[in-house]
Amino acid sequence: MPPSSARIPARSERLSAWRALPTLLRIGFAESIAYRGEVILWMLTMTMPLVSLALWSVVAADGPVGGYSQTQFADYFLVILAVRMGTGTWVTWSISSEVREGHLSMRLLRPLHPLASYAVEMLGAIPLRILCAVPPAAVALFVVASDGVRYATPCIALVLALIGVWCLTFTISAAIGALALFMGSAIGPFMVWQGLFAIFSGYLVPTKLFPGWLSTLADWLPFRYALGFAAEAVLGRLAPGELWRGLLLQWGYVVVMTILTLFLFRRGVRRYEAYGS
Amino acid sequence: MIDVECLSKQFRVPVRGAGLRQAIRALFKREYTIVEAVSELSFSIAAGEKVGFLGPNGAGKTTTLKMLSGLLHPSSGSVRVAKLEPKARQPEFLRAITLVMGQKQQLIWDLPPIDTFDYNRAVFGVPREEYDSRIALLSELLQLGDLVRKPTRQLSLGERMRCELAAALIHGPSVLFLDEPTIGLDVSMQLAVREFVRDYAHKTGATLLLTSHYMNDVLSLCDRVVVIDQGRLRYDGDLLKLARSLKPVKRLTALFSSAPPTDELERVGRVVTLENDRVALDVPTEEFRQAAAFLLARPEVIDLSIEDPPIDEAMRELFAQSQRSEHAAE
Repeated sequence: MPPSSARIPARSERLSAWRALPTLLRIGFAESIAYRGEVILWMLTMTMPLVSLALWSVVAADGPVGGYSQTQFADYFLVILAVRMGTGTWVTWSISSEVREGHLSMRLLRPLHPLASYAVEMLGAIPLRILCAVPPAAVALFVVASDGVRYATPCIALVLALIGVWCLTFTISAAIGALALFMGSAIGPFMVWQGLFAIFSGYLVPTKLFPGWLSTLADWLPFRYALGFAAEAVLGRLAPGELWRGLLLQWGYVVVMTILTLFLFRRGVRRYEAYGS
Repeated sequence: MIDVECLSKQFRVPVRGAGLRQAIRALFKREYTIVEAVSELSFSIAAGEKVGFLGPNGAGKTTTLKMLSGLLHPSSGSVRVAKLEPKARQPEFLRAITLVMGQKQQLIWDLPPIDTFDYNRAVFGVPREEYDSRIALLSELLQLGDLVRKPTRQLSLGERMRCELAAALIHGPSVLFLDEPTIGLDVSMQLAVREFVRDYAHKTGATLLLTSHYMNDVLSLCDRVVVIDQGRLRYDGDLLKLARSLKPVKRLTALFSSAPPTDELERVGRVVTLENDRVALDVPTEEFRQAAAFLLARPEVIDLSIEDPPIDEAMRELFAQSQRSEHAAE
């Protein structure tokens, strides 16, 4: 059993990381299945849009509010629910607890960037998440089909917007998680993010219903591009100019957040104390 | 293979007194103290050497191992392992080493160990044939059998530890850092793990740095020990020589057929234990022949053994000495 000591060039290392992907995804999926009860229960905590749906339906009973009729509120919040279920991640919790308990050490001892290993784990859970997102998505599709769409969103834009939601959600959550390396826990900053996210992402209320300046602010902040923007694209509520500008902004945020996350992680690992033995 | 020079690590640790008042005070004014976990530590280990890393609790052993494996960044000094700087955590460095910590596990809790093995195969880029033959060998040496297909959470501590060792060695590392690998295991499992590590190191020529509170682990696996206390190097060399220099005595254990004559025995050496009719005596090395002759001449002595005193006692003596010298310095 000779020890492996051969130096593998950097390019081969990148290639081997890609070659490892199917195995890592398979194991990520197996893990999500092992935790299926917990994952499903956790996703049920995301049903806040249904409460919003009920509230706004009552408000819109006498006529449209901010351009949204009762059925438009219904399809909006059902799509929001489906997108959130399909793209949410728990990476902040994972990083925070692994830093506190010292389990991050085991990721740091493998030749795969810890953020890549978290990403693959989260991606592995997507099939189960999509399964949970199917019922609200199907109902929304039925409602939208009966209601019609204003603009037909090109398929490629739709796919990009949905992938962008996942990438932005993951990178922001990972950046917040990386704060645990500096602060010991990232749950406090995550709660702040969650609060702002609920307001500015379109999770509780469509950002188009905000007063003018607040709506403009929401258009520029990253929150909307981690949820509401994709829902609006699915529903055909974005004019082509708005859609492409939004995609540009969304992917711009993905790049910025990726760089920030890598930076925070790199700096944070220097302070990591690898608690426990 | 391992070069450590003037290595130091300090931690900034928040401190506060007990009670509500102190807790509230700490909210507004937090106080810190600097803890020197490792101080100016230097040693070298050649390729293929097996070294025991000893010291009392809190001596800085685990902190040093974490710096050697790249988990902790040193405050000062330099470390090279396999000619690479651990803190850079380059892929070739991570492929060359492994760190097994008795209390930390890499096995995925809800999946069978075989999935963790496969995960490591993929991440470390181990070719399939190499992986298969390595798994076969590790399964044989560690007697894994069907264990690898049961969910990790359903394995006993000993079974988990064996699987941990296998997971840590899938990539064929040439440097093994083992931090208390037998902690919490029963005696037979300790022996199994010890034999496995010895076989692995022998077959692969791997370099081994081992910490353990069980002196038998160190005795059976290591030719050399590095002893640290309060983060500082206390000894580097042969373990038996250290023990003999600290306790230049032989232990004579005699079994009597009737009550042992303790007064007479105390004139021969220091009585260490007296249990029923069995007496253990520490006798200066240069006098043990006469002491043995004296005992054998007595008809009531029905058994006699002569050994070096247990290493643990010598280590306790060493740590006590270093504590006394610390107090004297203060």
